[in-house]
Amino acid sequence: MINNGSGFGPNQKTDKLKRNFIALLWLTLGLVIIPLLYITGAISIETVNKLGRYMTYALVAVGLDLIWGYAGILGLCQALFFCLGGYAMGMYLAHHGGPEGIIDKTGWKLPACLYVVYPYKVGEVPQDALVPWFWKPFWSLPITVVLGLLIPGVVAFIIGYFGFRSRVRGVYFAILTQAITVAAQNFFSMNNMKFCGTNGLTRFEKIAGFELASSKVQFSLYILTVVMLFLVYVVYRYIVNSRLGRILIAVRDDENTLRFSGYKPYIYKLFAFVLAAVTAGLAGMLYVPQMKIITPHNLGAERSILIVIYVAVGGRSTLSGAIVGALGVSLMYDNLTSTIPWAWPYVLGFLFIAVVLGYPDGLVKLPQKLFNKFKQPTAEDTFEVSSTPSSE
Amino acid sequence: MVQTPQTRLDEYLLDSPTNSRFSEEKFILFLEGITAVFDGFKALDVEALGIEHNELRVVIGPNGAGKTTMCDIVSGKTRPTTGTVHFEGQNITGIPETEIALMGVGRKFQTPTVFDSLTTYQNMELALPGHQKLFPNLYSQVSTEEDDQILEILARVGLTDELDTEARYLSHGQRQWLAISTLILSSPKLLLVDEPAAGLTDAETELTAELLLELKGDHTLIIIEHDMDFVRRLDSFVTMLHEGHIMAEGTLEELQQNEEVIEAYLGR
Repeated sequence: MINNGSGFGPNQKTDKLKRNFIALLWLTLGLVIIPLLYITGAISIETVNKLGRYMTYALVAVGLDLIWGYAGILGLCQALFFCLGGYAMGMYLAHHGGPEGIIDKTGWKLPACLYVVYPYKVGEVPQDALVPWFWKPFWSLPITVVLGLLIPGVVAFIIGYFGFRSRVRGVYFAILTQAITVAAQNFFSMNNMKFCGTNGLTRFEKIAGFELASSKVQFSLYILTVVMLFLVYVVYRYIVNSRLGRILIAVRDDENTLRFSGYKPYIYKLFAFVLAAVTAGLAGMLYVPQMKIITPHNLGAERSILIVIYVAVGGRSTLSGAIVGALGVSLMYDNLTSTIPWAWPYVLGFLFIAVVLGYPDGLVKLPQKLFNKFKQPTAEDTFEVSSTPSSE
Repeated sequence: MVQTPQTRLDEYLLDSPTNSRFSEEKFILFLEGITAVFDGFKALDVEALGIEHNELRVVIGPNGAGKTTMCDIVSGKTRPTTGTVHFEGQNITGIPETEIALMGVGRKFQTPTVFDSLTTYQNMELALPGHQKLFPNLYSQVSTEEDDQILEILARVGLTDELDTEARYLSHGQRQWLAISTLILSSPKLLLVDEPAAGLTDAETELTAELLLELKGDHTLIIIEHDMDFVRRLDSFVTMLHEGHIMAEGTLEELQQNEEVIEAYLGR
């Protein structure tokens, strides 16, 4: 057998070509077909906007796939990183939102959504309200973008550093991250914290000087989301194809053995975890101007679990499966909740169980499997079918 | 290599030129007063054990004798309750396993541990020395030299046809060899090989012995084994552990004459 030295046999090469082709098809769908449908009037700007939001979920899912599908870390705080990015952008948008005219003593414009729920101390009057110091950096868009990526990254670094170094693993790590997310939800829900409490950040008007409500801006945000999703996909694909990607898989398979080969698994886990968090932060920043509101509800436990479902349904450790799962499940949610709302939780639960039991490889591998079934079964195929990878 | 049985620290000290420390030039690995206690149970109690540079040492003993515990302590998996481990003159007691591995202590576990979702080739790739840092792994590739080395070792153990096979589909023997191959590839100064012949056929055992004997001379090996035919084939100095203590040392023939050893293996 010929080996080119990079560890890829002929099979992997055709796989790679096929994957590139499929990725290009998706890009064409996102950047050409959907825009064409919109321009010709076949779909409304609301639909485009909805697809844009679902693609931000796909971004989070791709990040989770890297840490869960590849490195085997089940993190249930992707919603937290998403919201850290989202709140950063939300604070920028609230700064530049309406109505005009509420200026505090120091000359800063108090965001409308904060003004209505401002936690006055006893004896204070509305004139005493001040823009909190931590709101001020988010007046500028460039600083907001930097902080929206940096804050989730730093938070992930802290959680990961202490978690992975102390060898917190598996379900314990899932519980730890879930608990942190719940704590964060309580934190953001409190009026005293001056993050607008349960109302969340609203009353957005302008982004970089443009009217947020205009369909041109919404369309541009959609295009930006597609481009970002594609770029993130390319970067992640590069990572998982590198030696680093194979080390992440080794971490998932047997972290302990890896240590005896001189690797420090916690460093690799930390890298993946921080990268996924930054990606989720990016997703949150793209989501908020398209959704035009962000509340602590987005931090709910079910949000993080939903992302796990996206990845499981689409197919673990495939990257593209995460995107397919996020878009597929979200579109299904959209259709079902508008026709038979009560059925959604049951359908979601059924879908999750059916995929995990029936197709542990996920929906993304389904066409391949069906194709194999139609082909004359050969000895090799039977071998392939009988040896479904164990999913832990 | 002429060796006499030494199980006590003062016997080692007599050997040393200064008579105050065991000779660090002579021994690559030296265990001094090592005990390991688990929940009040003394799994290992070794007063002194020295392994010379480029020696092949076989450790035998019945189940529960403390053989694997000794490996765990040397490789940093377990911290000894008391005592020190010296490797190349350095005290490595309590150092994390990753650091010890980077210093040149390689290990093969009792059950062949390979990465199931990676192919044979990829398993070998991760064992290459000098690539353990995070960021270079984003772009570094296997060099032609390294590729040749991998293919050469895999050809020896007959895994050339399985380069692109995920390790989960390999047979037990093939996994065992892949584990040994990765160990050979990483080329550590000291190899701890825990039961390399377990579950292998006679022909496979023969080849395993051949491979390990080839390493003798350039590497130091500690081989733990149950299979007496395999031990005989290795034809090396043997340390016998029993209930955590070193019971006897010598050639296999000598040990087989020893009443105590026979008692420990057959008695009870």
